[in-house]
Order: sequence, then structure tokens, then C-alpha cells
Amino acid sequence: MRAAVANGKLGPGEAVQAGEAARWTLREKLLLGLSGRQYLALVFRNPVNWVLACIFAVGVPVIVGRFVFGLGWATHGSYDYPWGLFLAWGLFTMVPLSASGFMLGTTVEVFGRTDFKPIERLALLNGLLGYFFAVVYLQVDLGQPWRLIYPMFVSLGPAAVLFLVAWHVATYLSVQIAEVSPAFFEWIGWQRGKQVVRSMILGLTIAGIILSTLHQGALGALFTYAPGKVHPLWYSAPFQWFHFFISSIFAGLSMLIVVSSLCKRFMTWRCDERFLGSLDRLTIGLAKGSSLALATYLVVKIIGVAHDGDWLYLATGWGQYFLFELFVGVIVPLALFTRAIRHDRAGLARVAAWIAVAGIALNRINTALVAFNWKLYQEVPHWREVVIVATIYALYFVVYRFILYRWPILYEWREGQEEPCMTLSRSSTGG
Amino acid sequence: MKKVSRRSLLKAGLAGGVAAGLAGRPASARATASFGGYPESMGVLVDLTRCIGCRSCEAACNAEQHLPEPDLPFDDTSVFEEKRRTTERAYTVVNRYETPAAEHPLYRKIQCNHCNEPACLSSCFVNAYRKTPEGAVIYDPTVCVGCRTCMVACPFYVPAYAYSSATNPVIKKCIFCYDTRLRYGRPPACVEACPQEALTFGRRQDLIKMGHERIRNHPGRYVDHIYGETEVGGTAWMYLSSVPFDQVGFDTDLGTAPIISYVKEFLTIVPMVLTIWPALFVGFHLLATRKENARDKEKKS
Repeated sequence: MRAAVANGKLGPGEAVQAGEAARWTLREKLLLGLSGRQYLALVFRNPVNWVLACIFAVGVPVIVGRFVFGLGWATHGSYDYPWGLFLAWGLFTMVPLSASGFMLGTTVEVFGRTDFKPIERLALLNGLLGYFFAVVYLQVDLGQPWRLIYPMFVSLGPAAVLFLVAWHVATYLSVQIAEVSPAFFEWIGWQRGKQVVRSMILGLTIAGIILSTLHQGALGALFTYAPGKVHPLWYSAPFQWFHFFISSIFAGLSMLIVVSSLCKRFMTWRCDERFLGSLDRLTIGLAKGSSLALATYLVVKIIGVAHDGDWLYLATGWGQYFLFELFVGVIVPLALFTRAIRHDRAGLARVAAWIAVAGIALNRINTALVAFNWKLYQEVPHWREVVIVATIYALYFVVYRFILYRWPILYEWREGQEEPCMTLSRSSTGG
Repeated sequence: MKKVSRRSLLKAGLAGGVAAGLAGRPASARATASFGGYPESMGVLVDLTRCIGCRSCEAACNAEQHLPEPDLPFDDTSVFEEKRRTTERAYTVVNRYETPAAEHPLYRKIQCNHCNEPACLSSCFVNAYRKTPEGAVIYDPTVCVGCRTCMVACPFYVPAYAYSSATNPVIKKCIFCYDTRLRYGRPPACVEACPQEALTFGRRQDLIKMGHERIRNHPGRYVDHIYGETEVGGTAWMYLSSVPFDQVGFDTDLGTAPIISYVKEFLTIVPMVLTIWPALFVGFHLLATRKENARDKEKKS
């Protein structure tokens, strides 16, 4: 798309800019100011869309097959590994990567750090979409997805950790919808709704902190049901919830750095000066938060090993792998973040963030799949399982991009002004 | 000093109590004391030294529970070539073990052990499981969502799942023949079918006594341990063996604490976070924004 703009062909930024004087119509809001034909041309010109189309072409039939033929068709249907990649990636990795919403909500609304406002909405949206798609993944994994509301209304098992996860994710999803709704209300032009949410924001944010602390921790606590199955190095009855909670902090912040840098690079036309101008400084701010969480996590991980007396396991192959995970996923990003902060290099912080995100995925997949059943055999997911995971992630990407193109997430919708103020200049569109 | 009235104290206490009650949930309540099992509950003592691997129990279970016909008939001994586990089509299986300690191969029957404090039950978020006073751990398929946490939680790898069904997949496991037999005081089908009296049905308390008696009366014949007497809080199905239990496929690292006790550590923090966090973070907010608030006040006055 950037290439198209650079070639002098009509890009979305220019088109929206052309309509600056007038009020935004449906065409500006939905088609980015292009005509239907122009918009389609834009869609077809983008190679990313072709990749997405390929994924959907393969993946959608497989997803349909999963619901027609059952889980046994889409997965290995393992009795020993009841949880596969759908949950290892879709739930246990997506949820910590979506902790950005409550982190930035806390920073801005509770701690009064209004200087983080330019990135707050992106953080909230990242949280909302991550949780929403975690539920989508869950729906694919559940044997009877149509009974999703059973733990809420039909048959309650309140002593179970999953009960807490279910209720908290559901409640928190509603909180996040409320938190993101101002952007939607601005987009559809309904100021009243925005004001109502504004008046509740502190309450919503604090509810978000409580719910996040508990369900991020609860995802870890789910594994405390399997003391003999998860390898002792990835298992700690007293610390599991804390490991998962603390790591969700840097996971969410690092994911926010990753997403914001992608926006800055590939969606420059949609970002306003407020966002672009402050992003490097904010990235360093997020890096500070991440490095604190990483350092805490590292210490608590070591305390976990010491408390449970797992030192001898470190000398085994599993121990090497554990140390590898800790080195690549924690120590390396921590060192890079620290360096980035000291020398004020946002670019380096972005590299560190990518590594931290990968490190979290590694940790969660290790806990749920690799170190799980360490005394039995290693389950390797069925190819259809991998295809379904990729397809839903592609869908997540498409929805994410659709919203970022349109709603005032990366740009500010000026109050008291019907039309949004486009501060773009021709040169910035080209970049 | 400001006087705190009895009334305001009560009010605050009540509000806190209601909040904690609503939010804290019985999670921690159930986790407070460990449960030793119903006193009159029944069980089965499996004596590995008596089992000849005839698989009559497997056949009886298949018929009693109306399970699909197996790929190989029940008198086929080639199934012993590999170690099998319970599946959606077989609630009990017998495995063969060649051990250096014993001259003959040993056979071990696997089925749900019907724990006193079942991990499946405590992990289920729709309360589908129930431990009956008779000792069975039964399951209500009509409320099961299919999250399969019970399969993750079960330390014995017992619950299986009907992965083959797209429209009504449910957990499949041994229910101690509760519906057809146990509730009427009758032994399960597998016990009745055993020609060797390797399986003894009775009150769990009596079986423990009987097991220890057998160990005492036949010195050298048994390992001095009843597997299941104390494992993960005690199980209704228990085992006697002539060789160390880890040589015949038993997990001997499970410990004596019920699985729920490992989860309690998290469950106890839940009410604390729910009650402490709101005040803590409102406090942080007031502290962090006090300068702005002061400025706003000055502007107004």
C-alpha cells in the first residue's frame, strides 16, 4: 500500500485528506474516502491481502470441517494431551499478549500519566481484540461451544479455577468493550455515549486491574491441577499464578511496542502527528515498564526453582531447555531493553519487544505442550490444528487492521468538531 | 480520637462481608479442610498376584456400559503387546508387565480409581462431577461444555473424551456401574465377572484392613503398601502388588495430598485481590493525581 501511495496512485490518506473540508460521510468512514472501485483496486494491490486470501482458502474449509466432523478430525484427539495448540496459543499466549489494555489503562487513568494518552487507545484495542479472539480460539477448542454460558447460568462450579477464568474473561471483555467504545462512538458520531463511558472510566479501569490480576494468574493456576504432569521446572504450586501474572505485564507492554511500531511503519497515513511524534518517547516508557516486569519475573522464576528445590533438574536436558527459555525469553530482552533505555534508542527497544513476545509464546507453549506429560511422550499438533490456529490469527489481523484504518485509534478525533482533523501532509503519506 | 460507632463498624463489616461473599466465592471454603471420604463408601481391592490377564472384566464392562464392539475380541491376547489406556470405547483395560522381580508376567487392571477428593470434580467449572456417598465418581454429560480440564487434572489419566462425536462429545469414564449396580448395593460388572477373585468389592474401610491382613499373612508375597490407601487423598479402588508399584505402571510420585491442595495456594489469594485491590488502586490514583486536584481546586476558588 505504501508503494501504491509512493507511485502517485491514489492512497487512502490522500483520499481522506481530500474530503477534509466536508463532513465525513459513510464513504470516508467505511471506504477511506475512495470509491468502491478504487477501494477494491487498493485491496487487490496489497500483497498482504493475497497471503491472507491463501490462508483463508485453506483454513476456512478446515474450520468448517472441525465443526462438521468433530475435534477428532481436526486434532489428534489425544486423551493424554486434552489441550493442544488451540489453547496453548489461542488462550495461554493470546491473553498475556493482550494485557496491554489494563496496563495502559492503569498508567493513564489511575496513575494520571496523561503523556501516555496517544497510545492508550491502541493498548485498549489490542487488549479487546486479543481477548475476543482468545474466546474465538476457545470456541473452536470446546467440545460443545454452544454451552459456553453453562458455567455462568446453567450449572455452576464456583470452586474451579476455570470458573474464575470464564467469569473474569467474560466480565473483562465487557469492561474492555466499554473502554474502547468512545473511539467507536466518535466514529459513528454519537457524543452522548462517549460522555457516559467517560464518567465511568476510573471504575472500569480498576475493575480491569482486579480482573486481569486474577485471570492472568488463574491461567497459570490451571496448571497447578497437574502437579505430576507438568515438568517441575515449569510447575510451581505457590508461584505459578504469579509467574503468569508478572509475565503478562511485559508480554502486554511488548506486544504494544510491536503493534505500534507496525502501525508507524505500515499505516503512517492513518497516524496523526500526536501519535507519530510521541511514539519513540512512549516506546522508551513502555520499555521501562517491561524491563521492570522482566527483572521481577526473572527473580521470581529463580525463587520458584529454589522454593520447590528443583536445582538438580537444571543439570538435565529439561534444565538446559528451561535455561534456554529463560535466557532467550527473559534475559536477552531485559538486557536489550536496559540498553535501549540508557541510550534512548527506541529501535533497539522494538527489537527487544519482538524477542519478549516470542519468549512469552515459548513459555506458554512449553508449559501447556512441551513440558506437559514430560514423563510420557511428546505430542506434535496435527497439521489441521496448525492451519486452524493460523486462520483464526489471520482473521484477528484482518479485524484489527479494519478497525485501525477507520476508528480514531491512531489519530485524534477533535472534540466539538464534526469532521475529524486530518493533520497529514502529503510527504508523510508518502513515507 | 474520632469515635467509631458500633453502627458504622457493623455497616462496614457487613459491606465487606457481602463483597467478599459475592466475590470470594466458596472456592476457599471448600479448600479449607481435607475430606477423608464418606465413611460407608464402597471400594474394590485389586490383587495383582491373582490376576491372570483373561480380560473378562473388560468384556463385562463393555456389555454393562453398552460400549461399541472392540477391534479385537476380548480373548485376543495380542493387545498386551502395547500398554493401553482407557478410551471412549473402553472404560477399563488390562495391561501386562514383564518384571525382573516376578517369574510370571503381572497384569494390572486400569479404570477410574474413584478418588475420595477427585481432581476431576474439583477442576470442573460446571459441577458436572459428583462423588456419591457410595463411593462412585459420576458425571452428568448434559452440562459438560467439553473443556477437558478434568482430563488435565486427573493424576491417573483416566477420563477419555468422545472426540469422534461432532454434535455431542462428552467425557467417557468408568462410573463404578453406579446407575445399574452400585446404587443398589451390588458390585460392579467387572468384579462380578472376575474368575480369579482378583477383585474384591466391599466397604473401603474393610478393604484396607483386608489388604493389610493379606500382606501380614503372606510374608514375602506382597510389597508392604496398598496403592490407593493414601495416594492423592485416598481412592476407592486400591491395589496390592508383589513387585514395586512403579514396575507395573503405577505413578509412585503422586504424594498423599489431594490434587485440590495444590490449587489452594492460588484460590486463597482470590478474595484478597478482590477486596484489597479497589482500595489500593483508588489510593494510588488519589496520590498520583493530588497535585492536579489541588490545582483544580485553586482555579475554582
